[in-house]
Amino acid sequence: MGLLDKQFNNSNVIITSLDNLLNWARLSSLWQMQFGLACCAIEMMATAASHYDFDRFGVIPRATPRQSDVMIVAGTVTLKMASRIKRLYDQMSEPRYVISMGSCSNCGGPYWEHGYHVLKGVDRVIPVDVYVPGCPPRPEALMEGLIKLQEKIRNESRVKKTA
Amino acid sequence: MPETLTAPLKTSTGRLLRTEEMVINMGPQHPSTHGVLRLELVVEGEIVVDVIPHIGYLHRCFEKHAEHMTNYQQVIPYCDRMDYLASMNMDWGYALAVEKLLGLQVPERVEYIRVIMGELQRIASHLIALGTYGLDVGAFTPFLFCFRDREGILDLFETTCGARLLYNYIWVGGVSHDLPPGFVEKAKAFCKYFRPNIKELNDLLTYNEIFIKRTANIGVLPADVAIAYGCSGPMLRGSGVNFDLRRDDPYSIYDRFNWEVQVGKGEMGTVGDCWDRYMVRVREMEQSLNIIEQALEQIPTEGDVQSAVPKKIRPPVGDVYVRSESPRGEIGFYIISDGSTSPYRVKARSPAFVNLSVLPEISKGYMIADMIAIVGSVDIVLGEVDR
Repeated sequence: MGLLDKQFNNSNVIITSLDNLLNWARLSSLWQMQFGLACCAIEMMATAASHYDFDRFGVIPRATPRQSDVMIVAGTVTLKMASRIKRLYDQMSEPRYVISMGSCSNCGGPYWEHGYHVLKGVDRVIPVDVYVPGCPPRPEALMEGLIKLQEKIRNESRVKKTA
Repeated sequence: MPETLTAPLKTSTGRLLRTEEMVINMGPQHPSTHGVLRLELVVEGEIVVDVIPHIGYLHRCFEKHAEHMTNYQQVIPYCDRMDYLASMNMDWGYALAVEKLLGLQVPERVEYIRVIMGELQRIASHLIALGTYGLDVGAFTPFLFCFRDREGILDLFETTCGARLLYNYIWVGGVSHDLPPGFVEKAKAFCKYFRPNIKELNDLLTYNEIFIKRTANIGVLPADVAIAYGCSGPMLRGSGVNFDLRRDDPYSIYDRFNWEVQVGKGEMGTVGDCWDRYMVRVREMEQSLNIIEQALEQIPTEGDVQSAVPKKIRPPVGDVYVRSESPRGEIGFYIISDGSTSPYRVKARSPAFVNLSVLPEISKGYMIADMIAIVGSVDIVLGEVDR
């Protein structure tokens, strides 16, 4: 909205499409589910903390799935945890998004071969929107992942019928 | 009436529930369990009667991987990922064990680099423990301050080995890279910058009235119970037991430095309460700074950072157990060698797992809200608990 700041003398009407308005609102305040699994969770915490400041993207950690829009799966998903992740995802309200952070939740990571208790990719239980590679990804990489997700949301259509 | 409603209620361990009692699940998704720990709380009103920890949500098959690697060096990245808050200390513990198996002496300069890295890592790990502990009991600002200081340490690590969190830096027989030019000056500057920040943390959190009310006299762990359960690290020292592997079973070159083991004294309440465990970590950061500063003064400027180790390490048949002091306590590696190029078995004795086992003992009779404070003061890392 910076372009329009202090540009008019009276209050005005702005014309835009409903899609643009809804998408703009959605992508600017993606509340994240505070949910760490393993090593990547530490990098996620670092991203949210003082140095990298995730808040400036409108990302605020929430402790409950009911209040959150995006689930960042940060870390190794084990078989024991997979059913819990599915349930947490089901508890989130629509529209909901998933960022898979790190090699482990993308594809099993270093545990892909002998990890008898590791799920080879969280996309086997829940749909994933953005994959962030790395072991662990740097905070910058996670931010890039979020920006990609925002791009995706910007191009969505809520009103048009989809095939 | 359906049978499920009339049958007597039981916990998963078969304990019968009395009428007033109720089972509450805490975790595995809970912001204050520091990972994927599930606690089954039996409560009577607001009072915790029993705690049953459920683990295994992050079991990543460390032993299986160690068996299947083709090389001793390849196990090190998996050690990294075990305790991801203290990767350096994990690598170091494993490297010490293999070196003992080989009967290998590492160069002087390597010992100093390892001590500096290990102690920097201890500070970084304690900073997360303290910051998130503040977050658990309701103070947000210390978390941001601690992470700000931690980034300084991560920058030092990054200039040395390129990674921020999982380093794969300490190898068998040495370290992967030499220190970059200017590292010693940067590390000295960090020590100078960081020392006053401990006082800042104390002013902000440690001596805060609300914080003391939340943590003093909570989760008291008597010294004899701590020893009986095999606790180690700040958990043991918080109970007033003066025991630190760096001094009592010295490895590497810790005997060359002048520093003191910190123990809980019960200043704000009883010896062994949550505040004591917290305070031991704060004071250990100061002691680590002392060690780092001395090591930076003494470190030889020239020398190899890798002793002559063959590409395929082939230790003699035998087994070895080596323990060292990680930020969480005694990390021990038990390695069996069958004479081949990969270990027959690697068993890690993890301090967080043992420290967690004392949780039911110290949390009975406190309120549910105190459980958060108690779990936070144990400072568990689930990657290491489940391995």
